[in-house]
Amino acid sequence: MDATQAAVRFEGVQKSYDGETLVVKDLNLSIAKGEFVTMLGPSGSGKTTCLMMLAGFETATRGEIYIGQRSINRVPPHKRNIGMVFQNYALFPHMSVAENLAYPLKVRGIDKAERETRVLRALDMVQLAPFANRRPGMLSGGQQQRVAVARALVFDPDIVLMDEPLGALDKQLREQMQYEIKHIHERIGVTVVYVTHDQSEALTMSNRIAVFNDGVIQQLAPPTELYERPSNAFVAHFIGENNRLDGIVRSRDGDICQVELGDGSMVRSLAVNIGGVGSRTTLSLRPERVTVHAKAGEIDNVFAGKVEELIYLGDHIRTRVSLCGQDDFIVKLPNSDRHAMLEPGANVHFGWNAGDCRALDG
Amino acid sequence: MADSTPILGDDGLTLKAKLRQAERRNKLKTFGLTVPLLAFILVTFVFPILLMIARSVDNPVPVRAIPQTLEALQSWTPPTLPAEATYRLFAEELLAADETGDLGRLASRLNYDLPGSRSALTRLGRALRRGAEDGQSYRALFEEVDPRWSEPEIWAGLKALDGRLTGAYYLAATDRTRDVDGDIVLQPENTRIYIGLYLKTLWVSLLVTLFCVLLAYPIAYQLATLPTGRANLLMILVLLPFWTSLLVRTTAWIVLLQSQGVLNDILVALGILDDEGRVQLIYNMTGTIVALTHILLPFMVLPLYSVMKTIPPNYRRAAISMGATPSRAWIDVFFPLTIPGLGAGSVLVFILCIGYYITPALVGGRTGQLISSEIAYHMQSSLNWGLAAALGTILLVGVLALYWIYDRLVGIDNLKMG
Ligand SMILES: Nc1ncnc2c1ncn2[C@@H]1O[C@H](COP(=O)(O)OP(=O)(O)O)[C@@H](O)[C@H]1O
Ligand SMILES: [Mg+2]
Repeated sequence: MDATQAAVRFEGVQKSYDGETLVVKDLNLSIAKGEFVTMLGPSGSGKTTCLMMLAGFETATRGEIYIGQRSINRVPPHKRNIGMVFQNYALFPHMSVAENLAYPLKVRGIDKAERETRVLRALDMVQLAPFANRRPGMLSGGQQQRVAVARALVFDPDIVLMDEPLGALDKQLREQMQYEIKHIHERIGVTVVYVTHDQSEALTMSNRIAVFNDGVIQQLAPPTELYERPSNAFVAHFIGENNRLDGIVRSRDGDICQVELGDGSMVRSLAVNIGGVGSRTTLSLRPERVTVHAKAGEIDNVFAGKVEELIYLGDHIRTRVSLCGQDDFIVKLPNSDRHAMLEPGANVHFGWNAGDCRALDG
Repeated sequence: MADSTPILGDDGLTLKAKLRQAERRNKLKTFGLTVPLLAFILVTFVFPILLMIARSVDNPVPVRAIPQTLEALQSWTPPTLPAEATYRLFAEELLAADETGDLGRLASRLNYDLPGSRSALTRLGRALRRGAEDGQSYRALFEEVDPRWSEPEIWAGLKALDGRLTGAYYLAATDRTRDVDGDIVLQPENTRIYIGLYLKTLWVSLLVTLFCVLLAYPIAYQLATLPTGRANLLMILVLLPFWTSLLVRTTAWIVLLQSQGVLNDILVALGILDDEGRVQLIYNMTGTIVALTHILLPFMVLPLYSVMKTIPPNYRRAAISMGATPSRAWIDVFFPLTIPGLGAGSVLVFILCIGYYITPALVGGRTGQLISSEIAYHMQSSLNWGLAAALGTILLVGVLALYWIYDRLVGIDNLKMG
């Protein structure tokens, strides 16, 4: 992406609250117009801080933030034309739903008739027209959430920021709202910066995901790439389930390397993010990419393992296996009659391809 | 769905009946828990108030002591004097009342309505005990004892004493009296005190409430936005007045505010005042207002603080993100949400202030007294309990009326004490 085309651009942004520790370290991020970008990361990784700097409620200690071509470091928050959805919605309890929606239009001096049509349109968008005159306190969590989304959009902002907006909802409602927000985004094409610590939420909704840890973006990529091709051990571990095998690089031949594990087994792996021969590495292997009853020659890596535990999960069976000196190796077996059932205590050969086993930073 | 077969429990009762039974038991239990407090309130609060209201209209002495005189007086009208027979009747009843001690009580009672008339009655009593000279008419005897008996006013006053219940205390409490014809008129200007005092009390309470709002709002705001540790420290400072004896605090104010006090000394030392121009800041209304504001401030800070504490900072951020300037966000979003606290604090301070007694008594001097000091005066010094009760009842009704108005304007549901 051409950086000058970006709707939002962070350039070398740093943030420290206490003048000692950096909560955000050298953030560089370009977001295209109309894109849905999610900042994903564990609690305390600096996501909210980034959002607050973009909204203008925190100032960057160093670096520049651009909206379009304009640096906004000196633009006060109320002039940034950014819509926000807060975790607990921050709907004004003393105003009706319609008054809440009309508020951003009112402060912009838009006349009453125009206000009413736009409020109605926004309410229709979230299917809440019959609730216009209710107080937010009389709505369910999901309805409040929708009002908050409508309020953040009603004044046609350039960008909408959402900070864990679904955190207070139960699982089912959360999934439903994920789709609704995604569809609204697709329909009106506004740029969205979304913050969550829930990986499935991020995977469902985003065009691109920025995985945060410790104030640094670990990887910035579309959901599929993030899952299929994590570029470091943190991302591999944070997104989806993942077997970690620690070892030392013994040889390297183009993309493929040989890694020796603690118990002496040699694993053929894809060299993604490793140092030279002799350096430490972590192998990352998705549990669903492991085959049972593997035969040497048909697949790159085959090891004997012992089935320790089976957990029935409906659509698949999680199997814990002792393998390569590790007793928490997980294999996912699809629940289908084409698939052999395993017994606890059985000795079975497990195998996987080198391309599914990514050698990452140690 | 017209399935009307009732669901039965194991003991044959319908589920509905059992539910009702359980609910009834719950209600009884809840009620049982509140009984001690209810009884306590009844005995120490409701009952005395009812007693006070009764006392403000109670008038037992005249109908007991001089019933026939009162009856005879009903057919008499000023400006003439009553007939000789009435004089005699009165004299006989007075002598009988003297035996039971009612004469003195009657004299006090008449004195409330006609200030200074006590001696006319007590002297008459003494003269009657000595007995009349032969051939002297009662009327002549009366007039010889005290010249007031030759004027219709005192007789009109006696006539007005009729009735088991009386409104006389309320008349007095509102600076009114009955003229010789029995019509209700304002008292002469120089004896009117209570209406003015009520208005002054209202005005002072309003002022104190206003000062409390002005002082408490920023403090509460600070408290609500500070990190918890420092907020607690500040809160202790706010609560300090609660924990200090009223007398200690009052003494402190005297030390600070008197004309030879710390504040004046500083002003003089700074050259702002010269030594002759020291201002009197205590033993007058200024002292009362300063001390009341200080004492009642926590009652304003606490409800405000607890309301502000519950307003998430995100509300204002939301408003700002929608394009409101910070001050507009404050006015549109923050301030309206603090109104319940403001209302609660104001009602609390205002009502406490209206009835505050001890502080004005200590630092108010002569000009800084409120209605409460008059009530106390009639309770303790003049022993005119009927008037004290009438003054108190008016105060009570006034407070209730204000409460009602507040409910109309803001809504009691919007009160948030914490
Ligand atoms: N206002 C603040 N003052 C001081 N430290 C803060 C403040 N806000 C956040 N932090 C610290 O910054 C770090 C990142 O916080 P935050 O951006 O809220 O993370 P996230 O949203 O990813 O959970 C945390 O360690 C947090 O304690
Ligand atoms: Mg956060």
